[in-house]
Amino acid sequence: MTRIGRRRPRRSGPERRYCLPDPAAALTDELIAREIPEGCRVVDLGCGDGRLIEMLRRDRACDVIGVEVDEESVVEAVGRGVPTLKLDLDEGLPDLPDDGYDVAVLSQTLQQVRRPRQVLQELKRIAPRALVTVPNFGHWKIRWQVARGRTPVTSLLPYEWYDTPNLHVMTMRDFRELATSLGFKILKEIPILNGVAVERAWAANFRADSALYVLRRK
Amino acid sequence: MPPPVPETTTGPTAGGDGVGLVTQSEATLFAGDDVLATQSGRKLGPIVVRYETYGTLSPERDNAVFVCHALTGDAHAAGRYAEADRKPGWWDGFIGPGRGLDTDELFVICANVLGGCRGTTGPGSTDPETGEPFGLTLPFLTIGDMVEVHVALARHLGIDRLLGVIGGSLGGMQVLEWVARHPEMVGAAVCLATAGKLSAQGIAFNAVGRRAVTVDPNFADGRYTPETPPATGLALARMIAHITYLSEASIELKFGRKLQDGDAFGYRLRDETEFQVESYLNYQGRRFVERFDANSYLYLTRAMDYFDLAAEHGSLEHALGRTDARFLVASYTTDWLFPTEQSRELVRALLATGRDVSFLEFDSPYGHDAFLIEQELPRLASVVGPFLRATRERLAEGGRR
Repeated sequence: MTRIGRRRPRRSGPERRYCLPDPAAALTDELIAREIPEGCRVVDLGCGDGRLIEMLRRDRACDVIGVEVDEESVVEAVGRGVPTLKLDLDEGLPDLPDDGYDVAVLSQTLQQVRRPRQVLQELKRIAPRALVTVPNFGHWKIRWQVARGRTPVTSLLPYEWYDTPNLHVMTMRDFRELATSLGFKILKEIPILNGVAVERAWAANFRADSALYVLRRK
Repeated sequence: MPPPVPETTTGPTAGGDGVGLVTQSEATLFAGDDVLATQSGRKLGPIVVRYETYGTLSPERDNAVFVCHALTGDAHAAGRYAEADRKPGWWDGFIGPGRGLDTDELFVICANVLGGCRGTTGPGSTDPETGEPFGLTLPFLTIGDMVEVHVALARHLGIDRLLGVIGGSLGGMQVLEWVARHPEMVGAAVCLATAGKLSAQGIAFNAVGRRAVTVDPNFADGRYTPETPPATGLALARMIAHITYLSEASIELKFGRKLQDGDAFGYRLRDETEFQVESYLNYQGRRFVERFDANSYLYLTRAMDYFDLAAEHGSLEHALGRTDARFLVASYTTDWLFPTEQSRELVRALLATGRDVSFLEFDSPYGHDAFLIEQELPRLASVVGPFLRATRERLAEGGRR
């Protein structure tokens, strides 16, 4: 699905909206699950159809809850038997109690919210530990497309500039700086290459398409 | 811009014939010494309850769902008494095979509320001590008293634990009160367009409605005869209340400023059906007095005014934190009588005590009445059905909710 060196299709509309392929999503879910101790309380912000928390409840005996803004996704998640709240992250999370959870997950969502700082602060308030995955706009394919004068479109960021839900672009370095400035300690940074975690990758900020961060409140 | 109001359709939206023909049953509870000690301190008994059931109770008795009706609802929630009935029960589109409350899987119970006027003991019932109708001598009733009667009925039917209790508005208040009073009895609590207390605005509208009833010359301190009820006052109360069940957008789109007859003003000061919206409210008022009792209206609206879960149990957290029930709380964007913020107050308390809670605010033009509107039912069913199914599986697994 890489479109480097080839003319990009100029079609627009729904058929252009490739979703993150399921295998990659499942891989990311597994990476996240690995960082979550059994039996703990987990809140998944931007939980989509609730796949991750369903798995955590079933296999890891976690006490889970999801937050999702899209009604259809909420309905699907409730159908999976996981408690889910239809709330908009952009309006903050005033209903969620301080320290109500052991771990807060924010997977592939931060780039889509209007105020990433505010969402990260809420994360810090509701749980001492956070797992955040973000797309890495420092990836070489993206840099290459930008260098050639185009707004990047890649398999992980499959949207044209005018209809993207991704409001913010950041690189791994950018995210590290933001998280630190907000009072998080970065326990782990796991670059993800083609859906697979590669810890201690060479030139990670150049090669990773996304990254998983394990953060702890300082 | 307000969302558009789709064309109104009649009849159930789900396929099939629904639950078909139904009959009503009657139980006499709180008989002998076992009288109900009402919250106001007075005793009441025996209490007759009229109810309907749909579907079959499983041998494990693990599939019972109790439907709590709203202010002017009744036990006739689904089906028809006879093929020729003009209308089915009030939630027919939601109850039946393949519907939100799937009667192929569930045993659904709906009972007329205590204090109402559809067969369960209320102000119109005969006081066994005097042989006369109770009228206003019936003890003051609360949501808690209504719930105790529901609980007694469930037990009478051999059900100690309900898979679910569901209700909207006043029905939702009963659901909340139920889990607060009998936390071990409920597997799933579905609270629609409701709140932990009636807002000051809600009390205000109820006060005006009651005044309309009591100033009717026919009211006679509640001792009116069935032939000469305070119909004008009760109809007026209904007209006022009905406005609060709709939304500004739905009234605008349904009626706008359209005139009832023709397109020119009649210049008649006292014409009460000049505008379509006027004519509609008049019709609603007229129909209401055919099926509802004025004294019941006073009792039930007062019960609603008094409802304050936090005050009664110390706090919302105390009221809701002792149950293992899973909660589904849903509100509607254009409901200004029970606004979303009140649902979120419940959600906050449930989250603070670590309860299992799901919450949705449905985007709907239909205002407070949305949970009763045919077009909204498929969407509601898509959540409630799977929610109850998941709860049943969870309970079958045993232990962890």
